[in-house]
Amino acid sequence: MNWISNYVKPTINSLFSRREVPENLWRKCDECGTMLFHRELTDALMVCPSCQHHMAISPRARFEALFDGGAFVTVPVPEPLADPLGFRDQKRYGERMREARRKTGEHEAMLVGEGTIGQAEVVCAAQDFSFMGGSMGMAVGNAIIAAAERAVAKHCPLILFAAAGGARMQEGILSLMQMPRTTVAVQMLREAGLPYITVLTHPTTGGVTASYAMLGDVQIAEPNALICFAGPRVIAQTIRETLPEGFQRAEYLLDHGMLDMVVHRRDMRDELATLIRMLMSLPPRSHGDLPAPEAAAPAPLPEPAPEPAPAAKAPAAKAEAQPPRG
Amino acid sequence: MQNYLDFEKGLAEIEGKAEELRALSRKNPDAPVEKEAAALDQKAHDLLRDLYANLDAWRKCQVARHPDRPHTADYIRALFTEYMPLAGDRNFAEDRAVLGGLARFDDRPVVVIGHEKGNDTRSRIEHNFGMARPEGYRKAVRLMDLADRFRLPVISLIDTTGAYPGKGAEERGQSEAIARSTEKCLAIGVPFVSVVIGEGGSGGAVAFATADRLAMLEHSVYSVISPEGCASILWKNAEKMKEAAAALRLTAQDLLKLGVIDRVIPEPVGGAQRHPDETISRVREAIASMLAELSGMAPEALRSARRRKFLDMGSKSLV
Repeated sequence: MNWISNYVKPTINSLFSRREVPENLWRKCDECGTMLFHRELTDALMVCPSCQHHMAISPRARFEALFDGGAFVTVPVPEPLADPLGFRDQKRYGERMREARRKTGEHEAMLVGEGTIGQAEVVCAAQDFSFMGGSMGMAVGNAIIAAAERAVAKHCPLILFAAAGGARMQEGILSLMQMPRTTVAVQMLREAGLPYITVLTHPTTGGVTASYAMLGDVQIAEPNALICFAGPRVIAQTIRETLPEGFQRAEYLLDHGMLDMVVHRRDMRDELATLIRMLMSLPPRSHGDLPAPEAAAPAPLPEPAPEPAPAAKAPAAKAEAQPPRG
Repeated sequence: MQNYLDFEKGLAEIEGKAEELRALSRKNPDAPVEKEAAALDQKAHDLLRDLYANLDAWRKCQVARHPDRPHTADYIRALFTEYMPLAGDRNFAEDRAVLGGLARFDDRPVVVIGHEKGNDTRSRIEHNFGMARPEGYRKAVRLMDLADRFRLPVISLIDTTGAYPGKGAEERGQSEAIARSTEKCLAIGVPFVSVVIGEGGSGGAVAFATADRLAMLEHSVYSVISPEGCASILWKNAEKMKEAAAALRLTAQDLLKLGVIDRVIPEPVGGAQRHPDETISRVREAIASMLAELSGMAPEALRSARRRKFLDMGSKSLV
């Protein structure tokens, strides 16, 4: 160790390789490496404009883009016991939790909101991959149960956005027990005759995939999302098979019959609005922000379904054509 | 030939010495060794009792995976009469990692389902080491449906490292198959009891351990992830499996305290692998008593109590 390596080298490095990019200005696409201006990226819902890679999006940003006018009310989630195993690996579980809370500004790895999408009432739950890898612990289980109960109480669909590395190991068996617990939540919706739609985002793996994520009435995924039970590395290590191109990605699952459709994040809102209106037997959505002309009587409906809000309050819907599915 | 675990080395030496002495006395009947051999036997027995009274979490994992432990096929042979294996998922294949069918338990017809690991190279390969593919879980769903329609109780035996991590298994929907199997467990309106007889490995176990009553053998384990897997993720070092096993609290004793299981079935001294018959008869008693607790319950009452049980989980702490 001398002054050249201790002092000069770091200074030179700092001059020539400014590695950290201020978070509020630029971000590098995880996939293609393009430098993206932050505003541009958030406007595109965290989808890279150059390669269409779907980066992780926070539940709040997702909800703001999803609910009508970006307005939603969060559904309270009962607080579980903190650290019931007294778990400690290289760090204490409590310490990891504090870090995750500080980093994300969220309390846990799943946010539940209610509001309207295309004027249809809906409850949404979204998993936050940046919060301890979105891992499914008791709080995530409680969130899904609270979301299902709220949807049953309001008699509306539940849309769930999954994103997780799997179960939260720090809660041991209690994280595993969220598989049956969340399955009970799905059964509440089934028995109430309410749609349960899952949107699988990158990545959805392990016990999350093997419970609530794969039990949707309709299953959607974002492009190129990794969706699996055992991850590709585990499979490669265990069976030493070469895995095909695109293995366990959304399009691959679509080809293998495990999904209904792969939908670009930009189009998710419209697709969901159309879908839930059909499943809830609501009339078709009116597009555009102008009220329907008085004279042009709409096609008579066999059964006038209750409309929560008049068409006049419809937000500006994107006029662009629906892209082909799949 | 007894298979000794690494922590049983001392025991192996003592038992080996006793065996040598006896071999000597067979060659030379006049040698006065019986007394000495008996003393060694006593010493071995005491050591075994002490070892097994104080197994730590990692040692319990080793015992739970012991190749000589009775497996599902052994239990089926001993616990049931008229066992009639049923096969196939009606979609793709018959998965021999999961055994199941109709049988009589105390003369009462039941549906039995269990993971089978196999006990020699040939049978281990046949049963894929107890690691089910989607077809195994879909067969379990079929069997649970059958039980539900014909009002037969379901008895499941859990013994798996986990669901099989393979290319075909993933392509054919391993996650979906496990999710549907867990869903079926929670939907059936018949008594459903389950026993972890060895390893309860993660989602692959949940798929048919989601029962009204769940018992575990004293030295069996039930965990969200294997200690090796947990160590390689959280410690970045698979060699830290002892620490991981302890941290995961995966023993029957801890799970009982957490309210995740309903009872612990004591194993004879030295574990199920040393006394399979006695172990199986204790499992029989536990199953009979758990079924008795559920007798006379209406389908709707069973279903809602089962769901309530899982919804309520997580209120007990170990600290």
